[in-house]
Amino acid sequence: MGSPSVEIIGVGKRYSLSGGRGYTTLREALSSVVSGRNGRDQREFWALRNVDLVISEGEALGIIGRNGAGKTTLLKIVSHITEPTAGVARMRGRVGSLLEVGTGFHPELTGAENIYLNGAILGMSRREIHRRFDEIVEFAGLERFLDLPLKRYSSGMALRLAFSVAAHLKADIVVVDEVLAVGDAEFQQRCLGKFDDFRAEGRTVLFVSHDLGAVTRLCARAVWLDEGVIRGDGPAADLTTEYLRSFADEGRLVVSLEEEPLGGPVKLVRASVSAAGDEPVPHTPRRDEPLVLSVEFDLTSRARDLDVALYLVNSRGVRVIDESWNDAGQRPVVAQSPGRIAASVTVPALLTSDDYTLGVWIGTSAEVYVDRELLQFRLLPHPTDTHEETTRPRVVRLPVSWTIETER
Amino acid sequence: MSRRRERGWIENRPSTGWPGFRLRTLWAYRELAWFLAERDLKVRYKQTIFGVGWAVLQPLTAAAIFIVLLGRVDDLPADGLPYPVFVFAGLTAWLYVSSSVNRAAESLVTDPSLVTKIYFPRLIAPLASILPSLADLGVSLLILAPFMAAYGVTPGLALATLPAAVVWLVAVALGTGLVFAALNVKYRDVRRVLAFAVQIWLFASPVAFASSLVSGAWKWVYALNPMVGALDTFRWATVGAPRPGPEALVSLGVTLIVLFAGTVYFHAAERRFADVI
Repeated sequence: MGSPSVEIIGVGKRYSLSGGRGYTTLREALSSVVSGRNGRDQREFWALRNVDLVISEGEALGIIGRNGAGKTTLLKIVSHITEPTAGVARMRGRVGSLLEVGTGFHPELTGAENIYLNGAILGMSRREIHRRFDEIVEFAGLERFLDLPLKRYSSGMALRLAFSVAAHLKADIVVVDEVLAVGDAEFQQRCLGKFDDFRAEGRTVLFVSHDLGAVTRLCARAVWLDEGVIRGDGPAADLTTEYLRSFADEGRLVVSLEEEPLGGPVKLVRASVSAAGDEPVPHTPRRDEPLVLSVEFDLTSRARDLDVALYLVNSRGVRVIDESWNDAGQRPVVAQSPGRIAASVTVPALLTSDDYTLGVWIGTSAEVYVDRELLQFRLLPHPTDTHEETTRPRVVRLPVSWTIETER
Repeated sequence: MSRRRERGWIENRPSTGWPGFRLRTLWAYRELAWFLAERDLKVRYKQTIFGVGWAVLQPLTAAAIFIVLLGRVDDLPADGLPYPVFVFAGLTAWLYVSSSVNRAAESLVTDPSLVTKIYFPRLIAPLASILPSLADLGVSLLILAPFMAAYGVTPGLALATLPAAVVWLVAVALGTGLVFAALNVKYRDVRRVLAFAVQIWLFASPVAFASSLVSGAWKWVYALNPMVGALDTFRWATVGAPRPGPEALVSLGVTLIVLFAGTVYFHAAERRFADVI
């Protein structure tokens, strides 16, 4: 182990929620002064609490955890973008933050001009950029387009240019947030190679990613953040396994119900929640793909007007979905007679990432046979979606479209 | 490991107390200010159809309006200068300050990712935003010269003080711009207040009339508007207006106070920028 490169001592970061936005209006501020009342929303939450962490020189540390666990906040404190509310972070040497690639890129400027601009924004001097200019251009493979304004670039080209500049930043400590999740496969490989170079050059790397494979490949050590506190710290391979297991524990996505007898002609067998996407690998359902809710039950005697409803209740107790056969006008006649019935409903990708409870109601117009909660699960955002705001109290994400007009 | 050199520790901890001016950090990031200014300048001249023409058109149009509206008012003091020359010189200086304050106010909020994804001393952004307008000021001065020649106005030896007069304008623009830039991050209705304030400021400044309109002891009160001394000095340097009186020192003092207070306020507010923008 080398000497310490980053020391994080008792770091905490508090954000105020103030109705979901950080700013207020001058009008509100003035009127609260005049009326003597503090109109500001005082709700707050700790994005990080009492975090202690020492990273050695030349070490590559992966930071894993769910959205809202405080990963990005930690990176922002290390890269000096925001200051901690408590504790201290000490960094030895120059910190280069790659929380986003292409910050400050301007579509009207040429590729070459943007290299200089973006390099300067990342903290490089003009001389430094000049010295590495050819290297940057070659890495991006965009020699022929340097004099073209950036607005003529495809998004992939712009991205390659942006990453090239970032990759040639000579910092002692490099802080990376999910930027590898971009570009085509070949370019990603090259980027991964670049990160290996960082390590070989003895730089300290802090790497946040939802791509656990990339974390284990790039980092020997990992830290697991959970709701602002460090839940685990150890070899990346072990920690990612443990992290994955935590999902399995909570998201019992298939429950077997046979051992639970109920009255009436209905006997529940199984309930499950799964993703309806085309991904071949079974995985925890995510909010960007349709969800299939299903229930299987045995009907032991003939039931007239049988109806089945499945509902979802979110973490605030709101019944987001409650759909029945009758609603859809699809009551299957065959389901009236005894036998095993498997019913499932597909929910479009409109839900927010949240914890949900799946419930079932089975009955007729005269009698309720079953009305109970079956299982709980967590709907995750897409791994690359780092902008998800779990604190917003909305129920669904509708496919809205924005129109923005600016008045000068 | 090949790169072995002494590297100091930098700390990030909750800041308390006097934020100071942080001139050393700002100096370290001077190149970034230059790059951002260069970007704004390039973009401005690439985007607008008129290009440099815009820098010419704006003061000319404004001057034309003033000349048509006020040029015939007989007792409007113009420091004994032909009114068109007088007003054009005033507008050259005024437009620099007003456009710079507006740009500074917008400098942080137009590209929030600069603040939330990258570290740099935030003061660099408003600082960079007031530099490109200096090019417009230069263009205006180039038009002013033939204007003066046409009316037979010659600058005196005071022309040597032109750099100082321009620095004064920059100081006024920066001090005011910093306050509004910081406020704009926190309160999004600031731009309305600013538009209104700049309007009022124009009429309260000796742009269309000479500061000699205010006489006696009131001169000292009037000079509390930093633009009074700045405009008098600018006209003295360029179009040979009378040398500013001692009350210009009041304007200079106010300018320095605004600049210092603006810097300190900005640094104090800066701590929270990334969290609230």
